[in-house]
Amino acid sequence: MVFSLADAISHAQSSARAVLEGPDINRALIRISHEILERTKGAQDIVLLGIPTRGVHLAHRLAAHIRQFEGRSVPVGSLDVTMYRDDLRLRPARALGRTELPADGIDGKIVVLVDDVLYSGRTVRSALDALNDLGRPQAVQLAALVDRGHRELPIRPDYVGKNLPTSKSEIVKVYLEENDGRDAVLLLKEDEK
Amino acid sequence: MSSIVIKGASILGGEPRDILIRDGVVADIGQGLTGDETVEARGLIALPGLVDLHTHLREPGREDAETVATGTRAAALGGYTAVHAMANTEPVADTAGVVEQVWRLGQEAGYCDVQPVGAVTVGLGGERLAELGAMADSAAQVRVFSDDGKCVSDAVLMRRALEYVKAFDGVVAQHAQEPRLTSGAQMNEGAVSGRLGLTGWPAVAEEAVIARDCLLAAHVGSRLHVCHVSTAGSVEILRWAKSKGWDVTAEVTPHHLLLTDELVEDSPVGAYNPIYKVNPPLRTRADVEALREALADGTIDCVATDHAPHPVEDKETEWAAAAMGMIGLETALSVVQEAMVETGLLDWAGVAERMSLAPARIGRLRGHGRSIEVGAPANITLYDASVRGEVDPSGYASKSRNTPYEGRTLPGRVVATFLRGRPTVLNGKLA
Amino acid sequence: MKRHLISAADLSRDDALLILDTADELAKISERSIKKLPTLRGRTVVNLFFEDSTRTRISFEAAAKRLSADVINFSAKGSSVSKGESLKDTALTLEAMGADAVVIRHGASGAPHRLATWVRGSVVNAGDGTHEHPTQALLDAFTMRRRLGSLDGRKITIVGDVLHSRVARSNVLLLSTLGAEVTLVAPPTLFPVSVDSWPCQISYDLDAVLPKSDVVMMLRVQRERMNAAFFPTEREYSRRYGLDRDRVARMPDEAIVMHPGPMNRGMEIAAEVADSPRSTIVEQVANGVTTRMAVLYLLLGGADLGGEIQ
Repeated sequence: MVFSLADAISHAQSSARAVLEGPDINRALIRISHEILERTKGAQDIVLLGIPTRGVHLAHRLAAHIRQFEGRSVPVGSLDVTMYRDDLRLRPARALGRTELPADGIDGKIVVLVDDVLYSGRTVRSALDALNDLGRPQAVQLAALVDRGHRELPIRPDYVGKNLPTSKSEIVKVYLEENDGRDAVLLLKEDEK
Repeated sequence: MSSIVIKGASILGGEPRDILIRDGVVADIGQGLTGDETVEARGLIALPGLVDLHTHLREPGREDAETVATGTRAAALGGYTAVHAMANTEPVADTAGVVEQVWRLGQEAGYCDVQPVGAVTVGLGGERLAELGAMADSAAQVRVFSDDGKCVSDAVLMRRALEYVKAFDGVVAQHAQEPRLTSGAQMNEGAVSGRLGLTGWPAVAEEAVIARDCLLAAHVGSRLHVCHVSTAGSVEILRWAKSKGWDVTAEVTPHHLLLTDELVEDSPVGAYNPIYKVNPPLRTRADVEALREALADGTIDCVATDHAPHPVEDKETEWAAAAMGMIGLETALSVVQEAMVETGLLDWAGVAERMSLAPARIGRLRGHGRSIEVGAPANITLYDASVRGEVDPSGYASKSRNTPYEGRTLPGRVVATFLRGRPTVLNGKLA
Repeated sequence: MKRHLISAADLSRDDALLILDTADELAKISERSIKKLPTLRGRTVVNLFFEDSTRTRISFEAAAKRLSADVINFSAKGSSVSKGESLKDTALTLEAMGADAVVIRHGASGAPHRLATWVRGSVVNAGDGTHEHPTQALLDAFTMRRRLGSLDGRKITIVGDVLHSRVARSNVLLLSTLGAEVTLVAPPTLFPVSVDSWPCQISYDLDAVLPKSDVVMMLRVQRERMNAAFFPTEREYSRRYGLDRDRVARMPDEAIVMHPGPMNRGMEIAAEVADSPRSTIVEQVANGVTTRMAVLYLLLGGADLGGEIQ
């Protein structure tokens, strides 16, 4: 799904429904940051691992908020799950995203996986497999900006920005400033893509 | 013997005429002629039966690729009434016994006359002269001698052969290929061979031998025929030799008039497809242009097919392992129409000269290569130049299928062939 | 990208960069303790080697295994091939075994092209006769990029038996696609006659080219070429076209020395040059596995869409 900014704006202005605007996203991330701090008792041993592409931007934003609240930086990395996906045979071979682990690695750490949209759970399953080859965390948690339901695997998020009931024919698009020039979460009908 | 009248054929593309055939000869030419049988030929071109100076019939030895019977059927379907069978059989046609065997097989097949070519050297070995006189004196009456497939590269041996065949008005047909310059050679040496990493076959390897042989023929006052000329440089040398008045003739194959080495790299049948592997190799566009011009102006005397059948397993291989050669009897006239007639370089009289009269003259074949006129043997080919069709070798009479034209659209179709008045082909099918 | 990787000319600039970028990511895998990825589980890669080349075969084997593919090694020696079985029959056998990719090394130029007409799987050329060796060129480009950054405008000199070198052909094509300026250096006898139509410069004078080279790649020179009069003696070849310490001193400070191996130490390259810090020869071997992983992943890692990958 490749959208140009012009497409996105024209969609936003016409039929597509914006379920989150910039300030909503910001508030959600601030809340998640607080929840992470609470749940991990001050985020002493955590590593934020974003799943490319937008999950990585979200992980950096969460880290920035935590630094703002606690005055301390938490390690951030990226985890590309392409090579572990279970749907590779369904689409043409795709370019790999970056995997970059913090210098101290993930052994014994609480890894918080960060993704933009949680849907079937298959991406997270791939991420768990990838983590397994990279080390042995103390625990793995999951943060998602949007949970749109329709899980196909026994996976649930620990931190959610917004629970968004959808039908399977709808499409959730997340735009982030770093990637797309603006912040927004849109809900599109399939025929609008 | 009953009479046949060919109705309304246009002889060499001229006005429609009836041709009456009786007792194997042309009995009358005119309007409103009648005979016991009638062959409708309105809109068809009548040519003297085609003569091939260069055919590989593979028998004896490689009957899996072709036999005299299948090869002569292919020849008839291609409009030929006589073919010269090359000597590189197993055993080699280097004795009176072998050439008589081939000659007899041709007589039995009956679709077209088979004139054996004798080897110049024993076993094509390039070391000792074969018994050229015995072959000339045999029932086969061999007049053309060639080690085709191999070059008579030894200058002294070539000189002796040229001299020796003078005794019986023979001619040495040279396969011009300097062996050291073509060791391991795979395709024309040029831009394509460089890119493809195939060992190059330089034009000079052909041209150097032709130049030497022209000089030798002039020196000893002999007749030289040059097989399958393939380069612009060879054409220049032949033009020079002819300008001196030397008795040098030359042939070009249909494929060298149409195809280029670029096909080895890029063709509908994939790169490195050995269907395009042939000796001499396909050359460049400039060479093709020069060959067409030379055939048009007479520097090259005739078209010869170099029909070289190979079984499929010898072509469905990697390039280097594949056999060299293409079949050509059943497509020759169509290719010449495409390359020479439709380009305006030759008219039908020119085609008759290059594909019938000249090759019969060079091969000293009596009874072939005569213009269609009263009293001449009724060797006639009826050709429909107005149709075009996709080449489909599945129905070929040849045992082999190694045609480079499969799937290509070519003009023309041989409708009928008459060998001494007897139809060998009617309605495009063996009679 | 096309279905097969037979020639470096099959790769567009975007294809080539995709392979190199993918290899960059995959390089990290070889630094991990677990070097295996599950990506090609259930896929079969056949290594079909008609020529002995243990290095290249092992490199492809390691690449396929790190991606969890099943690997079948099929070498001509001791197989039905040495008993006269044709390449086509071998291809049909592989087809019946369900090979998803066939990695072929063959002594005849063009053998991979022929194979590709007989099998449905992807064909990867691991060196055909004197034609091409595209994965070698990719690993060379990968090695250069790691040392020098982008190859755009880089001056790359390839020295040696260009006429018979599949490495040179593939490198000229790939490096020019990537925007590098390639100069080939050899005695005139070891150039193809039409080399002036290639996308590169040619020179007979190594010393003139060295000071302007970011990379100097030495090609293996077979001693038997001497017997065919391509050059008079090994000593003369080495003197005019060998890379020794004095010549290295004429190269820019950052320039690197490459060799696809196996080397003739003392012939085209002096031992001390081969072992110097400028030499990337050992890196090239390691990078071979990574680059071949990228190729196998991009050819086999997605849906079978009749050849196109995006």
